[in-house]
Amino acid sequence: MTLQRRILILVTAVVLLSAVGVIAVVRASSRADEKDRARPGGPEVTRGEVSLTPADGAPRIVLRNMAWGPHRDELVTVPAASPGGPRTASGVSCLRFHSAAGTGVCLQAEKGGVQEQYRAVVLDAHLKVVSSHPLAGIPTRARVSPGGHLAAWTVFVGGDSYAGTNFSTRTSLLDLRTGRYDASLEDFTIVKDGKAYRNADVNFWGVTFAADEQTFYATLATGGQTYLVRGDLTARTVTTLRENLECPSLSPDGTRLVFKKRVPGLSADAPWRLYALDLATMKETPLAEQRSVDDQVVWKDDRTVVYALPGDFGADLYALPADGTGTPAPLMTSALAPAFLGS
Amino acid sequence: MYVADSRGTPAPAVTPEPQAVVPGTGPGRRAALAPTVLALGTVSLITDVSSEMVTAVLPLYLVAGLGLTPLGFGLLDGLYNGVSALVRLTGGHLGDRLGRHKALAGIGYGLSALCKPLLLLAHTLPAIGAVLALDRTGKGLRTAPRDALISLAAAPAERGRAFGVHRAMDTAGALIGPLLAFLILRGAADGYDAVFTVSACVAALGVLVLVLFVPGRRTRPAADAAPVSLRASVGLLRGTGLRRITLAALLLGLCTVSDAFVFLLLQRAGHFPDRWFALLPLGTAAAFLLLALPLGRLADRVGRRRVFLGGHLALLAAYGLLLTGGTHPALPYAVLLLHGTFYAATDGVLMAAAAAVVPAEHRGGGLALVQTGQAVARFAASLGFGAAWTVWGARPALAVAAGLLAVALAGCARLYSADADEETVAEAV
Repeated sequence: MTLQRRILILVTAVVLLSAVGVIAVVRASSRADEKDRARPGGPEVTRGEVSLTPADGAPRIVLRNMAWGPHRDELVTVPAASPGGPRTASGVSCLRFHSAAGTGVCLQAEKGGVQEQYRAVVLDAHLKVVSSHPLAGIPTRARVSPGGHLAAWTVFVGGDSYAGTNFSTRTSLLDLRTGRYDASLEDFTIVKDGKAYRNADVNFWGVTFAADEQTFYATLATGGQTYLVRGDLTARTVTTLRENLECPSLSPDGTRLVFKKRVPGLSADAPWRLYALDLATMKETPLAEQRSVDDQVVWKDDRTVVYALPGDFGADLYALPADGTGTPAPLMTSALAPAFLGS
Repeated sequence: MYVADSRGTPAPAVTPEPQAVVPGTGPGRRAALAPTVLALGTVSLITDVSSEMVTAVLPLYLVAGLGLTPLGFGLLDGLYNGVSALVRLTGGHLGDRLGRHKALAGIGYGLSALCKPLLLLAHTLPAIGAVLALDRTGKGLRTAPRDALISLAAAPAERGRAFGVHRAMDTAGALIGPLLAFLILRGAADGYDAVFTVSACVAALGVLVLVLFVPGRRTRPAADAAPVSLRASVGLLRGTGLRRITLAALLLGLCTVSDAFVFLLLQRAGHFPDRWFALLPLGTAAAFLLLALPLGRLADRVGRRRVFLGGHLALLAAYGLLLTGGTHPALPYAVLLLHGTFYAATDGVLMAAAAAVVPAEHRGGGLALVQTGQAVARFAASLGFGAAWTVWGARPALAVAAGLLAVALAGCARLYSADADEETVAEAV
């Protein structure tokens, strides 16, 4: 084949392949624009005042709105009594969110720059930024302690671009009383099976706080196994309690954890089921959800947990009794990361 | 996708490359770089743009796009490293046996290109894992035949430079890829499918450049020579030259702390902002990009083995800095520069050194042996280092690794001085 012909083939291919590439980008871009327009049948969302301490004392939910429209991904609020009703949007965008006692933590993407950057911001009751902390990776979990004094969050870090498939997590703790910030829980002393333990492969995620504003529970992964750990913020230790337990969430009365558990025999892409653990008896109870849940649940009250499952437009929220009875009840569509306030 | 290179062109199937043996290429005068080397460099650049586009957005896609939890994703890495070693040896050997390095490289590049559109269809972790495994199979398959092609196209005295150019172009692609991906995501929020589509187009272009512009000459006359047997391929290790190089690569590989650990240690040592963590590999890559060509040329002048050992000296210096540098603000820059120097002085240079002691008809298999030895040793090292970290903690583990590396370096230096750095084993061209 002559050089001329080869160059002709190359140029033709470049033109064709560029066309395919450009079409793909344009389509994706117009689809992104479409998501900024409200969808008929979707929940009504209007801009308004959002507070983390409901003024009239009536319980409210504050959450990330995923419904299409100009307020997509913003924090919105609805009365807890009518979760399906109109949503009031705050103008503050968050990927993950949690709130308690007038303190909010919002993990958000930063605009600008070529690569996506993320930060964690601590919000006061009026959603004013109290402090801001750069994140090393993609946000996945956020929690505030019941008293509003502690915050924790977890991000995914793709540490090594050569390895490609090597992901790790980083979990950070912030004490708002002292300002002490622990960028990585991995600096805490790990006590495993009664002995001090260390390993380069240690990962933490999914912190949940107790009402004493000092004790917390979290997931520790090492050596291909996950563990429930109980942590002590003052002693700066975490102690393993139990195997195969992820993303614990402590009930408001502090007696039970609901968590996701890898159940043997399930398909590898849907491996988790929700379980409850009684901390006094260490007895596990499977909850009535038959689908795989990849979320850290939140407690609506001492009897009910709420969690997200993938939906048609973002995620949908479901409510479920925490004692293994009942059936999952749809709570909200196009919604993620709810915080139940003033209940 | 892949079209056999001997299609429809009757006449003299391929002309031998003129530039490989330019007359009057005496010392001091530099011949033009073989077009094949530039073509292969371009293929690698384009392919790396494509694959690093995917690598860069994959975590985001899994977590934000699909809402999956990617933890435990790396669990099969160990198993896969074994398979990858076998694939690599197969690619190198088959290239020799059939006399068709280009065909094997083409299949490898084609396989990886095919994986990009498959990513559009895979929506679960196991399916995505399978696609990535296939992608890596393609990478394993093509590496040795491609390096064989480079070594066969370049004049023997210019191999260091040729591999330097190739590795620099390869790394440039790896740096451009993420940039392109994030530009697309800026233009189209959540446009992961657009990223994968563009990546597929780019990969297809890479395969096309290979098919069109890399000559697919057979490396040996078809009839008169005995077929290249597997036994003969492995038997290469009986020759002192290749055995020494493989042994050195193995020994030094066993003392090489894997990148992930280096970045982790750096993160613990230097108190730089957390978000820099993701940028650390870019620092290494940038140094690699800038130094690959100069160090390749240096290797041609002063000896490849010397530069190869020098690269490990840079690695040893990086370990030393990590151990003693405290929290000095310049520490991350110095360590990343040394780490990139290590890659620039060892990656292509090792291939140039190995090519000099492997006859042309065994080039693919021979290079694959060295690469595989090194890869297996490095994998073993990362397992060992992880275990040492668990037992002794991070710093003592690094101190031990540094000590072992120093001993291995001294040993290899003696091994090499034995044959006085002569790299002129008869070229069976």
